[in-house]
This record gives sequence, structure tokens and C-alpha cells, in this order.
Amino acid sequence: MSAPQTETWLILGASSAMARAMARALAAEGAGLILAGRDDDDLAALAADCRFRGATRAEAMRWDARDPATIAPLIHRLAQAQGVVSAAVFAGSMPPQAEIDVDPALIAGVAADSFTGPAHVLSRVAPLIEARGAGTIVGVASVAGDRGRVGNYVYGAAKAAFATYLSGLRNRLNRAGGHVVTVKPGFVDTAMTWGLPGMFLVAPPEAVVASILKAVRRRRNVIYTPFFWRYIMVIIRAVPEPIFKKLSI
Amino acid sequence: MTWATREIAGWGRVLRAEAALARPERQRTARALAESAPAPALGRRRSYGDACLAERAMLTERLDRVLSFDPETGTLEAESGVMLGDLAARLAPLGWLPPVMPGTGFATMGGAIAMDVHGKNHHHAGAFAAHVDRLTLATPAGPVEVAPGDPLFALTAGGLGQTGPILKATIRLARVRGDVMMVTERRMADLDAFCDALDASDAPYTVGWIDATATGPALGRGILEEGEVARGLVPPAKRGRTVPLDAPGFALSAPVVRTFNAAYLRRVPARGRTVVRPIADYFFPLDRIHDWNRLYGKCGFHQFQCVVPMDARPALRDMLARIGKAALASPLAVLKRLGPGAGHPMSFPVEGYTLAIDLPARDGADRLLAALNAATAEAGGRVYLAKDSSLTAEQAHAMYPGRAAWAEAVNARDPERAYETALVKRLRLREAA
Ligand SMILES: Cc1cc2nc3c(=O)[nH]c(=O)nc-3n(C[C@H](O)[C@H](O)[C@H](O)COP(=O)(O)OP(=O)(O)OC[C@H]3O[C@@H](n4cnc5c(N)ncnc54)[C@H](O)[C@@H]3O)c2cc1C
Ligand SMILES: NC(=O)c1ccc[n+]([C@@H]2O[C@H](COP(=O)([O-])OP(=O)(O)OC[C@H]3O[C@@H](n4cnc5c(N)ncnc54)[C@H](OP(=O)(O)O)[C@@H]3O)[C@@H](O)[C@H]2O)c1
Repeated sequence: MSAPQTETWLILGASSAMARAMARALAAEGAGLILAGRDDDDLAALAADCRFRGATRAEAMRWDARDPATIAPLIHRLAQAQGVVSAAVFAGSMPPQAEIDVDPALIAGVAADSFTGPAHVLSRVAPLIEARGAGTIVGVASVAGDRGRVGNYVYGAAKAAFATYLSGLRNRLNRAGGHVVTVKPGFVDTAMTWGLPGMFLVAPPEAVVASILKAVRRRRNVIYTPFFWRYIMVIIRAVPEPIFKKLSI
Repeated sequence: MTWATREIAGWGRVLRAEAALARPERQRTARALAESAPAPALGRRRSYGDACLAERAMLTERLDRVLSFDPETGTLEAESGVMLGDLAARLAPLGWLPPVMPGTGFATMGGAIAMDVHGKNHHHAGAFAAHVDRLTLATPAGPVEVAPGDPLFALTAGGLGQTGPILKATIRLARVRGDVMMVTERRMADLDAFCDALDASDAPYTVGWIDATATGPALGRGILEEGEVARGLVPPAKRGRTVPLDAPGFALSAPVVRTFNAAYLRRVPARGRTVVRPIADYFFPLDRIHDWNRLYGKCGFHQFQCVVPMDARPALRDMLARIGKAALASPLAVLKRLGPGAGHPMSFPVEGYTLAIDLPARDGADRLLAALNAATAEAGGRVYLAKDSSLTAEQAHAMYPGRAAWAEAVNARDPERAYETALVKRLRLREAA
């Protein structure tokens, strides 16, 4: 048996609580980590923490989903890593829908943070995975993308687009030995949801990450997390549009 | 959103409060919050009474990262919400441990500094703040660095969070030779034998389990545990069972506890024994069951902890006699020696014997607590504020003679009293002399 090679993960939106839990779990397995995002100070803290917890390497790199110039250095760094390279996307933004309704110019930003920005990076990671014949992409979409709701339909639309992109990317990478996991979380206990009214069954980020890692190992395609959201969404998708349009869920 | 409204409780679940809570995940948001809306910081709420209750507070649980660790010198900087048990689990295999560990690994570093917590090694190592090199306090005017020797350090160590949220701190770790504990257990026949053995013990970690249901000549009997870190092969502890429900009232009734305690004592053979334990099992035995506080049922429980001077053994004996008679004791009773105090005005540990015992909040608990508080005061001892739910303000003021000067200094920094917790209000700790 040959010594297991270090897998290197690029994590986009690494300052989110879910990404933090993911980075820590990967660190404990000895992975190499490239932690990408806008909050340098926070990412430096996370990198130090991941090194403490066993990461073979962990470094913070600047990435802004709205600034394509920040992509090349990330890809360059990832390409230098030996062994399998993988990527996970946690970036996304959900400004209050009421603000977007007043200022539709915000739509472009939501799309950039939650879909086009991450997709642009993943489309540059894909050739690395194809060349190495292995590697995983984890994309965090949302149950909000399964149906447009009055409360967050712009965010939902961006997440739906991202999920569709991931589905096509899965098809592409599957031909080359790579894999794509689409993750659709329900409510997760993070800064995004803290103190929001109407939250229920809120899952800890660590639990979400445990199910993500299980899905990675088992090469699952699309997961809902916690699992019961799959059934909740079956019901929500089944509501006929004439009724759905009158609901305020 | 910044604020969420939640009901929070002390670990004993008797005292509760509805609180507006902020939970920053990053240093930047914590700093901004401390500048715009000053409020006390809370850790994992492992204080038993109301020390960890407030109407408005900043939770530190998401500020939990290790910022630097030097494996050569054992210096570690971390965010204040990091849990000591988490540190221990990662550090022991690397040959280091947090310098002081309380009986629960869920205590945060911030909570350990703000209560100046003590461990089973207090007689050698002192309390937690003695191992802090530097800390960063959030203030409305921005973060300030504080080091030992600075007057602000003495106000903060054991200072119940009243100097503002600690954002991060640098500590010196203890070097250890392995990642298991060699524990020697000996039966102690009575209180005098127990105190003598505690005085004589030179082991790095020493703690006594005391059978608080024993009366008569057996009063004060128990087991002395002396521990040392060693190298060995012990399967990792299986942790994380949960108590799903509040236990029914009889689970910890007097006959059950008496029977349990007698069996627990007999577990150790009369000639004593040496056993090898995983580190976490030794330091944090109760953490194996999450939410074990629910075993006391819906009404919850109190913990009483005092320290009395070395010459006050008779006072200890009276307290144990009262506890035995009240038939309220639980199996959780601990007797320890504390070494000399650090001199910080609100820090609990001072030289003497410390007795800690859980008391279910049943009929008679209030009366017993009042008697124990009074006996402690009379013996020239003090009650640990991390555990307290029942002192009077006058008693607290007398037990902590440095309090008035501390209050004056703390009030000068925080005249609006934005950092007051429920305990500080109940005991009027920030009132002028
Ligand atoms: C099973 C068990 C065993 C225990 N054994 C021991 C023991 O052996 N020795 C011992 O000394 N104690 C012991 N304790 C008590 C416990 O160690 C203390 O109550 C400790 O302070 C709990 O830490 P916490 O993070 O939960 O703080 P909390 O209980 O949440 O808060 C305690 C105090 O610290 C302040 N505080 C917390 N974080 C910060 C911060 N970042 N900045 C400023 N102030 C802050 C709060 O305002 C409050 O005043 C035990 C508790 C339990 C449940
Ligand atoms: N919490 C939930 O209930 C829930 C449910 C379903 C799906 N999700 C999704 O899960 C992911 C993580 O969310 P979270 O709950 O942890 O919330 P969060 O803390 O708000 O995380 C969002 C992350 O996206 C990053 N980001 C936003 N805009 C960016 C940009 N232009 N460039 C780079 N990074 C950008 C943020 O970085 P900054 O630190 O720089 O802002 C942050 O790291 C998100 O995609 C979210 O949509 C969350």
C-alpha cells in the first residue's frame, strides 16, 4: 500500500460558519486547505486553527465573487498542489427581499455571490480534476432554490441556477473520474439565520458538514440536509401553482 | 440579525432569564458589537447559578479558534470562546495540556479567566489566570491589550466579566509526558484522615470524592484520587451520550444516593489501587453524559462550594453533618486542597480546603444553603461565585474584602454598568462600600 496522499481542498466563502466546520473536519483528516474569501483577518484565524487541528497546510487567499481578477491566483495555487484537488463552495448572499424589491440593481450582486462568481471558479477547477482523474466538488445550494417564494425569490433563483450548473458539471466530471455533490441545506444555525423570525428545526453547522462528508465518501449526487428537508420539499414542490401563489411561506 | 431572544439558565437550571443574545462569529463583528452595544460576554454557561445570566449578552461560543501554537514553548493564543476540553483533546497527543482544567471541558477560556478557575492541580499550579500571558479586552473605544502587572489584569482575572468581553488570550500550557492518566485511589475512613492525606499529597493532580451521606464516625469518608499524566495505550473515551428527558424526582432521592455512594466507595479495594484512565475521563468525568444536569429533574439543583482556612476543619465537619442530616446530598461531592491565592480581588481560590456539593432543589435546600453560607462566613471562608445562587449581598461583600475597591475601579471604566450580570446585580457587587 502506498502512503495516502494529501487531498487539497479549495474552500470558497471560507468565512461562513458552515465552511469553518468543513475546514476543521478536513483539517482533522490532514487535508491541505486553501481558504478563499473576502475577510482576510477571519480567514487568517481559520487557517491558523486548521493548522493546529492537523491540516497538512492551510492558507488564506483573497477571493471576491464579484471580482474575476481574484480567480487566477487561486487556480494557480491549486494547480501547484500534488495529488487530488477538490473544491467546496459556501459563498452566497441573501439580502432581504424587500430591499431588492426597492433596488433591483442588487439582483446582479446576489447572482454573482451565489452563482456566477462560484461557477466561474469551478469551471477553472474542473480541468484540474479532469487532468488528475479524481477530485470532488461540493456546491452548497439551498432548499430555497427548489421553488420561488415571495420571501427570497431572488436568492432562490440564484441558488436554483447554481444547482442546475452543478448538475451539468457533475455530468461533465463524471466522465473523467471526478464527482460533484449538490448540497441543499434547510435552516442552518449560522450568522445568516441567527435571530431571524420563523426559523424551525435549525441544524448545527457541524451536523450539516458531517452529512456533506458522508455524501462525498459515498459519491452521492444531491443531498438535502438535514435529510427530512427532502420530504418537506417534495410537499412544497407538489403544491399546485394556483394555490402556491397565494401562500406566504 | 444581531439579536435573538432566548431563555437561558445556569447549569443548575434553578435560575433562568430571558435574554437578548448576540453571537458574533468573527473578531470583527465582536469588536463592532462591543463598541456599539456593550454587554457582558457569556461562555458555555457552565456556571451553576446566575453568574452566566443577563438580560443582554454576547455569546462567545463561535469565537473559538486557536490563533497560534508554538509546540516548542507551549505558548498558545486562542479566541476566548475556545473550550478547554477541545484544547486538551488536541494538545495531549502533542505533549501539552491547558495549565488548569476545571471539572468540565465545556468551560471556555474566557469563562476560565473571568472566574479564575481552579483545577485538581491548584496546590502546585495556582488558578487559571496565573498562566495567562496577555489578553485582549473589547471596550467601547476599541480593543485593549492587557498583561499581568497591569491593574486592569487584576480586575479582569476572576472579574466576572465586569471589565468587558475578553476577545482572545495567550496562555502558557503545561508540558505532559503522555496522554493517559495514572490514578491512585485510596479509601479515606473519615474527615481527619482525608484532610491529613490531602495535606500530605504531593501528586500533580489531587482530588477527593466525599460520601456526603455518611454520618457519625464515618463522617467525611471518601476516596482520594491522585493523578499523574503518563504514556499508555487506552482506547479513546466513548463520549457524548445525552440525557433525553428530565429525570423523575426519585432518581436522586436520599436512599438511592446512599446506596450508590456506599457501592461507589467499595469499588476501590481497601488497600487502594492504581488505574489507567483516558485523560478526558479523569478531568471531565461528567462530560461523558451530555446535559447530565437534567438528571436532577425539572426543578434543577444548586451547587454549594466554599473554601475554608486550613485551621477550620471543625467547620467542615459541621457542614458535612448538616448535609448528612438534611438527606439532600447527591453523589457529587468533592473535597480538595487549594494552595495560596493569586491576590486578584474577586478570584475565589485562597489557601484552605474546598468543599463542593450538588444539592437537588427540593424542600429544605434553601434552608440548608443558608446554613452552609453562614457557616462558611463564620469560619472565615468564602463561597465560589461560579456556583452561587443563594448568598446575601452582605455575605458576599464580607467574603471578598477587595470587592469595594474593585467595584470602584470597574465602575470608573463602565459607569453605565453595561457589563452587569444577574449575579452581580443580585449580590450588588458593584455597589460602593
Ligand atoms: C461539571 C462542572 C464542573 C466544574 N468544575 C469546576 C472546577 O473544578 N473548578 C472551577 O474553578 N470551576 C468549576 N466549574 C465551574 C466552571 O468552570 C466556571 O463556571 C466557568 O466559568 C464556566 O465557563 P463558561 O465558559 O461556561 O462561562 P460562563 O458560565 O458562561 O460565564 C462565567 C462568567 O465568565 C464571564 N465570561 C465568560 N466568557 C467571558 C469572556 N470571553 N470575556 C469576559 N467574561 C467572560 C461571564 O460574564 C460570567 O461572569 C465546574 C462547572 C461544571 C458544570
Ligand atoms: N444558514 C442557512 O440556513 C442556509 C440555508 C441554505 C443554504 N445556505 C447557504 O450556505 C452557505 C453558507 O451560508 P451561512 O449560513 O454560513 O451564511 P454566511 O455566514 O452569510 O456565509 C456566506 C458566505 O458567502 C461569502 N460571500 C458572500 N458574498 C461574497 C463575495 N462577493 N465574495 C466572496 N465571498 C462572498 C461570505 O463571505 P464574507 O465573510 O466576506 O461576507 C460568507 O463566507 C451560503 O451559500 C448560504 O446561501 C445557508
